[in-house]
This record gives sequence, structure tokens and C-alpha cells, in this order.
Amino acid sequence: MTIALDRTETPDARNTAGRGEGPAARSAARRRTNLFSTAILVIGALYCVLPVLWILVAATKSPAELFSTPTAIPSFTGGFWENLTGLFAYKDGVFGRWMLNSALYAGGGGVASTLIAAAAGYALAKYRFRGSTWIFRLIVAGVLLPQIMLAIPQYLLLAQVGLTNSYLSVILPLLVSPYAIYLCKIYAESSVPDEIMEAARIDGASEWRIFVSTGLRLMAPALVTVFLLQFIAIWNNFLLPFIMLTDDTKFPLTLGLFAMLRSGASQAALYSLVIMGTLLAIIPVAILFLSLQRYWRLDLLSGGVKA
Amino acid sequence: MGTSTAPETAASSRRRSATTRRRSRSTTGFALALLAPALVLLALFTFAPGIYAFILSLLQRRVSGGLLGGETSLEFVGFANYLATLGDAEFWASLGRMLLIAGIGVPATIILAALFALCLDADRTRLVGAWRIAIFLPYAVPGVIASLLWGFLYLPATSPIGGEVVDYFGGTEVFFSVANIAVWGVVGFNMVIMYTALRGLPREMYEAAKLDGAGELQIALRVKLPMIKPAIVMCSLFSVLGALQLFNEPTTLRPLANAISSTWVPLMKVYTDAFVHDDIYGAAATSLLLVALTVAASVLVNSIGSAIGRSGQRKKS
Repeated sequence: MTIALDRTETPDARNTAGRGEGPAARSAARRRTNLFSTAILVIGALYCVLPVLWILVAATKSPAELFSTPTAIPSFTGGFWENLTGLFAYKDGVFGRWMLNSALYAGGGGVASTLIAAAAGYALAKYRFRGSTWIFRLIVAGVLLPQIMLAIPQYLLLAQVGLTNSYLSVILPLLVSPYAIYLCKIYAESSVPDEIMEAARIDGASEWRIFVSTGLRLMAPALVTVFLLQFIAIWNNFLLPFIMLTDDTKFPLTLGLFAMLRSGASQAALYSLVIMGTLLAIIPVAILFLSLQRYWRLDLLSGGVKA
Repeated sequence: MGTSTAPETAASSRRRSATTRRRSRSTTGFALALLAPALVLLALFTFAPGIYAFILSLLQRRVSGGLLGGETSLEFVGFANYLATLGDAEFWASLGRMLLIAGIGVPATIILAALFALCLDADRTRLVGAWRIAIFLPYAVPGVIASLLWGFLYLPATSPIGGEVVDYFGGTEVFFSVANIAVWGVVGFNMVIMYTALRGLPREMYEAAKLDGAGELQIALRVKLPMIKPAIVMCSLFSVLGALQLFNEPTTLRPLANAISSTWVPLMKVYTDAFVHDDIYGAAATSLLLVALTVAASVLVNSIGSAIGRSGQRKKS
């Protein structure tokens, strides 16, 4: 189909369509939609978005309606409100705690790990000293020991200093990411020129001031991306809190909802609360994502491969 | 660093190299100070647990004395735990199930992501921004939440996708169900990486192909796809590593699906051995075997990638 469409075009339009030069050429190119590629993307978008929309529909149903009414049709009998109040009333409002905990783990941990990676990446990129390549190799080797497989020895080590079942036990092991350090190093190499650092030195600025006022500022686009990646990694984490935490007031959302689902196996009424919780867990991150959309620099991720 | 080709007096050159050396000593200290938090945390939470896991994997708790009030002692047993894991049929079964899910999920992720990326990049596609955001959105949904979401979509009582006709938690179907959740979560991320790589290609290349009479489909398959090979290899690597760490999705589905056992995939087996059967030594050996597999898988994906690259280059020349 695409090939047929291509042949009907004039050579002139064909040459300019890709570059999109000039309003006339652009409107000529726009007139014929590429049906094949657009259709495939519509199907892909539906696959990705419909499950979330269905959860919205299911959240409008009271526990009695969930299993009895047609599944694709929302209910307007006040089930949504009933589920919402029910969810926040569950176990003295522990769900609110879980949301706050997740925000704290992912937000605080995300900021801290981004700063740690920025400092390390900047040091590796902008200073040459004996052992620097060796240190870089050591850090990259850390990728080969995935966090998820270290969780059990981490638990045993933290148990010896009495830190399990604490906020720190969930944050500390996730603070350093070799991949984030690698991205920061690559970006610092290309975006912080030696000349600017040298000029600042001549002006009498200390190394620390150069790092804070020049280095971090020039690295900002990469740091937003690293922060979002770290935020998602911590927000999505399940195994570490699953192993470390026993006290449900310290649970993040993922673990809390999982625990609810597990008790739902014996109490079917909990299912509508879990569905409401699932919806509420998706909304804040979706908003964060869409609002920071234009700061995402995913080309950094693939740029690392080309180098 | 201190040497210069410009004519200089010996004294000035000596003076300069002295200041350079002094500054380089102080900047080394500063660089190490910047690196310190990362290195300390890496040592404490990556390398120390790694070494500790290795030590644990060589030990075993032996009960000596009476049945009930018996003393337990730790014994060095060499590689016995590794041999026990390798001789454990359930370990191989869990590995097989994991590979089956990876065999479904990884190619599906890569093919769909490449397809979507090529469609986004194709001429005259409408509303590119909207589709890109929609397909990327599930990446923001945690694996556990995605599994809850799909769990209710699969569950016969609530399913809007024919759960009463198709048994999504059946013995065979469950592999596709789990793979589908993983694909749903990461396809957008991979698509964006490939799309970014496509946008970075020089547009003039397509013009030449078009003048030669190539259609858009041919350009997509013969010109664009080979050019973004590094991005595709990286996506494959991430997907394979993700599959080896499969844990969240099957664990979350377990309360809903009887077909998923407590040792269904290798990491679930590690968890069960360590915390249900109280055998942290065997669990440590199993997780180190998984680390070895991870390293082997990354080497394999990388070398396949470069082998394809070499043959591609030969064809071109």
C-alpha cells in the first residue's frame, strides 16, 4: 500500500517530503496520509492505552458490580466514590502512607542517586589521574552484578547492622547506578569544555565552585534524564522492599498493593479496592512523565552505543 | 602535559611544570572526593554483597548432635552447593520456563518496537507525537502494577478480553500471558531508542534510494533497519537481561494463577530457597550461577550483534 502511494507522487513532492521544506511542499505531503504506518501505530497505541482505560472503567464498579455487570461498561451508581473512600479507609488509611512512601523513596532516592552519579561521572570525564581508567572499569563491572541478584546478601549484611525493615534499607542499595554514572561521564565529556573550566580557574574559582556552577549546569539536560530513569527504577522496585520490609506502614505502593491482592484471594471484596489502587498508582507517574516529556533526552541512551 | 614545543627558558618551563604538578595533585584529591560517595556505596552495596554471596555459596549449615536441641555449625563445603543446584531438576525446569518466556517476549518486543519506530519515521504518518506518547506510557507503570492490571484483564470473572473462553492462566497460555505483560511494559521504551537512532540518520541516503526506484517499504527494510543495528543490539541486550531477572510479574500473578508455582522462574526459586526453605547457602550458589548466565548472555548478544554487523559491511562493499 505504501509503495503504491509512493508511486503516485510527483518527483518534486517526493524530494521535499522527507525534509518538510516550505509550507507548500509540506501541505502537499500532508494531504496523503500514510495509511499503513498510521494504522499500525493506532493499533499499537490502543494495545498500550486500552488496559489503562479498562482499569478506569473497572474502578467505577462497586465490589458487587465488579463480577456481575458487563465488564466494558462503566457504572454510575457511586461505585467509584465507594471504592475511593474504601481504599483510603483500608487498615486506617495505610494506602495514603504507601503513596507517600513511594514518593519519598523514588523522589529522594532519585535526586540523591542523580547527584552521586553526576559527581562521579564529572570526575571521571574531566580529571585525569592515576587509576582513573581503572576506577571507571570497576564501576562499569558493577553492571554485571544486577541489583536484583544482590538483594539476598544485601539483606543478610544489613541484618547484621540492624538496618532491615527501615527506610534506609530500601533506599541505600539503589543509590548508586553504574549505568547512570556511565551516562553522566559520556555527557560531561561532550558538554563541559576544558576551556571554560580553565577560564574559571584563572578567575580564581575553586574546583568545587567550577563543578557546582559550571559543570552541573552544563550537564542539566542529561541529569533530568538520569533522574527520571532512577525515579522509575526505584518507583518500580519490588524485590528489594519485598525482602527488606515487614512493617506495612513502610511499604511502597507496589508491595502494598501486592499484599492487598494476596489477601484478596480470600476476600473478593478487596479486588475492587486493588483495582482503584492500581489506577491511583498509575496516574501520578503518568502525569510526571507527560509533563517532563520534552526534557527526556533518550538519544543519550542510544548515543552511548555509537561512541 | 608540562612539555611545550614553543621556545622557553629552562627556568620558566620548570616553574610551569611545578605549578601543573601542584594543581594536578590538588585536582586529583578533588576528583577522588567527587567519586567517593559512588565508590563507597558501590563497595558496600554491590561488591561486598557480591563477595559475601560467594562466601555463603561455599558454606553449608550442618546439624550436629541431637534432633531437637542440636547445635548447628557452618562448614566449608567447596562447590557442593553449586553441584546441588546443577543437579536440581527444579532449577533446570525454572530456567526452561524463563527461557520459554524470553523466547516469546524478547523477539516480540524487538520486532514490535522496530515496527513502531519505522512507522513513526515513515513519511506522511499522522499524529506522530500522540502515538509515541501512547506507546511509551506503559513504561511508567511499575511491573507489579502492570501485572495487577493484566491479571484482572485475564481473570475470567472480570475479563473484557474473553477470559471465560480463553484460559489465560492455563498451563501453556500462562507463558504468553506473562510475556505479554513484559512486552507491554517495555515496547515503548525500545521503540523510542530505535526511533531516536532513526532520526539521527542522514536523510539524503533515502533520497538516493528513492531515485533508484525503491519504495518506502524497501527503504525501511533495506536501508533504515541495517543502519540502526547498534540500537537494536542494545535493546536486545536490555531485553535479555530483563528476562533473566524476571520476578515481579509471575510473583504478582501467583495469587490469581494456579499454574505459577513458588519456584516458577529462577529468581522465584532463589527467593523461596532463601526465605521459605531457609537455605541461604544454596540460594547464594543459585544466584551466582544466574550472574554467570547474565555475563554469558551479554557476551553472546554482543558478539551476535558484531557478527551481523561484519556480514552487513561485507555485503555493502
